[in-house]
Amino acid sequence: MIRRDPIGNRSEDARIIQLRLLIAVSAVVVLVVILLGRFFILQVAHHDRYRTLSMDNRIDLRPLPPVRGMILDRNGTVLAENHAVYELTVIPEKIGDLGRTLREIGELVDLSQRDVARFRKRLKQRPVFEPHVLKSRLSDEEAARFSVHQYRFPGVTLSASLRRVYPYGPLTAHVVGYVGRISEQDTRKIDPVAYRGTLHMGKIGLELSYENELLGEAGLEQVETDAHGRVVRTINRNPSRAGYNLHLTLDSQLQKVAEEALGEYRGSVVVLEPSTGDVLAFVSTPNYDPNLFVNGIDPESYRQLRDSPDKPLINRAIYGRYAPGSTIKPILAFAALDQNLDPLKKTYCPGWFTLPDSDRRFRCWRRKGHGYVDLHDAIEQSCDVYFYQLAHTLGINVVADYLGRFGVGQVTGIDLLSEPSGLLPTPLWKRQARQQAWYPGETIITGIGQGFLLVTPLQLAVATAVLANRGRLVRPRLLRGIENPRTGVMARPAEKRSKSIRAADSPDFEMIVEDMVAVLHGSRGTARASGRNSPYRMAGKTGTAQVIGIPPGSEHDPAEVPEKLRDHALFIAFAPAENPQIALAIIVENAGSGSRTAAPIARKIMDYYFIERLRRAALSGRSRVFG
Amino acid sequence: MKGCEGQPFPEGRVFSGRRVHIDGPLVLGVLALSFFGLMVIYSASGESWQVMWRQSARLVLSVVVMLAVAQIPPGLLRRLSPHFFLAGILILTLVLIAGYVGKGAQRWLDLGVVRFQPSELMKLGVPMAVAWLLTRRSLPPRFLDVLLAIVVIVLPAVLVVVQPDLGTAIMLMISGLLVLFLSGARWQHLLMLTAVALAAAPYLWSRLHEYQQERILTMFDPWSDPLGSGYHSIQSMIAIGSAGLAGKGWLSGSQSHLEFIPERSTDFVFAVFAEEFGLIGVIALVTLYVFLVGRCLVMAYHVREAFSRLLIGGLAMTFFFYFFVNTAMVSGLLPVVGVPLPLVSYGGTSMVTLMAAFGIMMGAYTRRHLMF
Repeated sequence: MIRRDPIGNRSEDARIIQLRLLIAVSAVVVLVVILLGRFFILQVAHHDRYRTLSMDNRIDLRPLPPVRGMILDRNGTVLAENHAVYELTVIPEKIGDLGRTLREIGELVDLSQRDVARFRKRLKQRPVFEPHVLKSRLSDEEAARFSVHQYRFPGVTLSASLRRVYPYGPLTAHVVGYVGRISEQDTRKIDPVAYRGTLHMGKIGLELSYENELLGEAGLEQVETDAHGRVVRTINRNPSRAGYNLHLTLDSQLQKVAEEALGEYRGSVVVLEPSTGDVLAFVSTPNYDPNLFVNGIDPESYRQLRDSPDKPLINRAIYGRYAPGSTIKPILAFAALDQNLDPLKKTYCPGWFTLPDSDRRFRCWRRKGHGYVDLHDAIEQSCDVYFYQLAHTLGINVVADYLGRFGVGQVTGIDLLSEPSGLLPTPLWKRQARQQAWYPGETIITGIGQGFLLVTPLQLAVATAVLANRGRLVRPRLLRGIENPRTGVMARPAEKRSKSIRAADSPDFEMIVEDMVAVLHGSRGTARASGRNSPYRMAGKTGTAQVIGIPPGSEHDPAEVPEKLRDHALFIAFAPAENPQIALAIIVENAGSGSRTAAPIARKIMDYYFIERLRRAALSGRSRVFG
Repeated sequence: MKGCEGQPFPEGRVFSGRRVHIDGPLVLGVLALSFFGLMVIYSASGESWQVMWRQSARLVLSVVVMLAVAQIPPGLLRRLSPHFFLAGILILTLVLIAGYVGKGAQRWLDLGVVRFQPSELMKLGVPMAVAWLLTRRSLPPRFLDVLLAIVVIVLPAVLVVVQPDLGTAIMLMISGLLVLFLSGARWQHLLMLTAVALAAAPYLWSRLHEYQQERILTMFDPWSDPLGSGYHSIQSMIAIGSAGLAGKGWLSGSQSHLEFIPERSTDFVFAVFAEEFGLIGVIALVTLYVFLVGRCLVMAYHVREAFSRLLIGGLAMTFFFYFFVNTAMVSGLLPVVGVPLPLVSYGGTSMVTLMAAFGIMMGAYTRRHLMF
């Protein structure tokens, strides 16, 4: 490859290249004209459109979350409120040496291993220009200490936010419930507009039932933001409306007394005001601290609560289903009177009962028997044989009909969501649910509240209120009023018409009530120990419900039975007998006999209500006494 | 096969006979543009002095490289061209094999002390090799030489595109094709090549990465995917369009300062400039670029030796195409391919390469009266 005649071709080469260079120059000119044309179109012809778009880019609407309404008891005691809490957030992008910064912050603020680990984990998930929570609950002292040294930490912000707090914690956990972080699942159910900027929502209890009232309305704020959504300045704002405050029928003092009276037992106490259905106390033990759930409970604590054999997370007052035992005997007695059976007709109790043509013995709790008893004696002494005979005489359908009218096994309509019904067994139910025939023996044991029959403590309290009301069935309620925090105006919930059961106000009730008074004040009353020397007249009925069926005739010593298999103790009562102000139902799990364990609890509650409470009110000079 | 053209004028005479090889207008233009660039970078980086210092240091280094390269005589440069090109191919292959993975792409070769992008070398290597190849015989080039040139053009582009760096690959091809075009390659040859390229297009399309395909598709309608692949184009166009005639003022561009414009110090720096200085600033900057390109083309026109003329013309037009592709991309005329704005964009090796190219041009031009 030798070049030919370099000189001769050089001018020819030059001509060729120069020609092409001229073409290139024209190309440059054309392209530059196109380019300038393009910029003219963008910057002059379409300027307005792009300027609008640029403004839209900068202006952002930010939600202003509302302050959640408070929950107060009937005396104005706060049961749920919002506390300002200090939160330390870090924008990692603005920090040079993260490790050193964390160490220095650790000298001012108590940073746990868990805080740091959680922070580092979130750091990997979210962009570095976003604020990350380092520590979410600083004490006032820590907050003060940090703010003094704030200048040393650009990129670290101390911010105050509101956190839901339940001052009484476990005491009101089962009633008030708790709020928790809105989960992925929740977001599908809720209105995204209403929850703009809100991180928490009611999860259970009244916090859930009255979520709409408590929530309030989100406001909006017009802000200038950058591409990452960081707020540069505020342009306009439309404030949020705080949620309504809930005023409950609950008396937290009474609640406390009831809980303390229940002591270490698992169980439930429901106290109602029979005339209105106001729930004065609503206790379920064991309980838990709802404050743990607000910002997410740690898995270990949750596992402990969930797996505990005592089931502290379950609200026994509405979800616990128990055999009512002898507490339903007054209802059966009313059925007998209402069916025009003779209350004075005596039944012989030898200590057991057998059906005709059968030798199976249904035992009375009193092994040696009560001898001849009439209706009055049978209630006072809780004679099982009498009621075996009564149930047999009435038949299961009549028994179930009367129990149902008193609300046994029925949804009470309390203002808590997803209230279950109990179980009111009938032959029809058994055929449908179990594809089995009804046996006569099952009618017999229903007469003493055993067998398939299951009630919740709340239902039992409602049934007690029906007795106290002489036949009027009320709907229990926890809400007394909804207060608009801005105007202070209290809206009362619409009065639910109370149903009267058939033959309400019949003189039969007075007779039953007197029989129940005898339980506490009669010489042979099963709960006479608890009724002794009370300045008010109390009416009640004890109950002892078997957890396992004890084979007839077999001997068993209560002390030898494992704790979980021991009988449940029950007691229902209202007072004063002639003009009842409170009605209550008590169920104590595995506590043995109702008269020994449950009735004294009722006495403590009544004593507080009728003596101690009034004394305190008088001392504090409060003119208004509720209830 | 080395030519004998270097012999009559030993290099020593060249050095002693003339001043340092500098072209005044070109250097002034380059410095003016660099100054503009620093101003824009300062604004685009959110007024970061750290970025400013780095860019300034890079600028000084680049100017030194430019002046040094200008001292290399064109004859030597020409003899070195094929070796330079082959060395570049070798390094590109090395990068592919043992390449350091940075930013998800194998563009960087880590030499322990410095990391550099070998594809940058090819920006000089391809036009040099094509010019060398075509000027071995008299012009216009024969068909066989055109085919050889195509191999020289396509091979490095393929090595770069698999890195994957579509933008650089396209620019490498453009620089080689420009030299081929300037060499007076026959129109029928060029048409034939175009036909072949069009026929191969569907296959090449299928080999592109999905994000590259998306970018090209959204070019036709960036608003179809405003938060995805259309985001860059749209935010950039909003920045430019919202500026109007006079712009929003230096350091006051809301689109850039509120960080809506992506890559605002590098590929989209022109959008930052256009937002803050408006159409008037755009016209001024375009004028400066046109002046530089024009000056280079004039230099190419006056140089007598075919290799230098082709090389200067090719490099000058490549420079222009960098500018054009970048501004067209930023203003939504072309898809987002990742081409920096020459002399202004913040970044490493590309500025050094560019200055070296200016050095080559000046070195050849100031020796134009010397005959080989």
